[in-house]
Amino acid sequence: MALTATFEPRRSATVGDYFALLKPRVMSLVIFTGLAGIVAAPGHIDPATAFTALLCIAVAAGASGALNMAYDADIDAVMSRTANRPIPSGHIARGEALGFGWTLSIAAVTVMGLFVNYAAAALLAFTLFVYVGVYTLWLKRRTPQNIVIGGLSGALPPAIGWAAVTGDLSLAPVLLVAIIFLWTPPHFWALSLWRSDDYARAGVPMMPVVRGKTSTRRQILAYTALLVPLGLAPAAIGLAGPLYLACAGGIGAWFAVEAVATLLERDAIKEPAARRLFRVSLVYMFALFAALIVEKLAHIAPFASWL
Amino acid sequence: MSDIDDKSRRRRSIAIALALGGLVVLFYVMTMVRVHP
Repeated sequence: MALTATFEPRRSATVGDYFALLKPRVMSLVIFTGLAGIVAAPGHIDPATAFTALLCIAVAAGASGALNMAYDADIDAVMSRTANRPIPSGHIARGEALGFGWTLSIAAVTVMGLFVNYAAAALLAFTLFVYVGVYTLWLKRRTPQNIVIGGLSGALPPAIGWAAVTGDLSLAPVLLVAIIFLWTPPHFWALSLWRSDDYARAGVPMMPVVRGKTSTRRQILAYTALLVPLGLAPAAIGLAGPLYLACAGGIGAWFAVEAVATLLERDAIKEPAARRLFRVSLVYMFALFAALIVEKLAHIAPFASWL
Repeated sequence: MSDIDDKSRRRRSIAIALALGGLVVLFYVMTMVRVHP
């Protein structure tokens, strides 16, 4: 179905429908990593400015979710996981979702520029461009590398939070971005292993659909092998301390074990190892950024930089 | 328009009013923060 497909509402939209359009679960992870960037950054930011920065990150994340649902309503309609979303289920018209998403996007970037700083606003605008322009409109329907490159948008919130405090970027926020960037392929490809029929039916060229499950399992392991050592690096550059190192080492090892189990998995229908990997990937991401926040707030000193 | 549609519209209007009110408060507070850092 083309992008011009129309989805007209069958009943009046509720406030809950609009809230669902913001992809609240994705938004919560973005808020969390953005908060970690704000907390971990050196220097002072007053609470009102920090709140505004976080609000802009949250609203922009929600807006990009709404735009993604509007542009991909035809895909969502044929996938069981997404068929109940507000547009394919006929609760919100596609045009309304586009207007809602673009209004929130412009508002979030403008408020960030006016009340926080231009560096954070520029990074926020770039994040929206990557998610909506590069991922949703360009790559998602064309290449199995869609979530690898598009994953940059989901990786940027810690850098936006950092820039909100310092007004610029350095090695530390780039490292945090790199960690989320390498985390995204194993996370989404684990999901796509047991949802591959759904993606195939919708014509989305996810890795298991295009290259097959065996290749996907190998690539999951390859990205995990890069991610787990990189996950330790914030301790090496003096950004993180013992709590972070324990989480990155312990849960990272668990992540690697499940990636190997996914490679060796023989149940290609239920994919139990991929389901476990998906869950541990969420625990890993949450634990790493929670450890950064806790260490900073509890004044647990980071290790001295080795660089 | 049915009662359910009417109720949905009223709730949407309240949500928009609250969002706009929140934006006014945000602009006021942030202006004060920037004027008196």
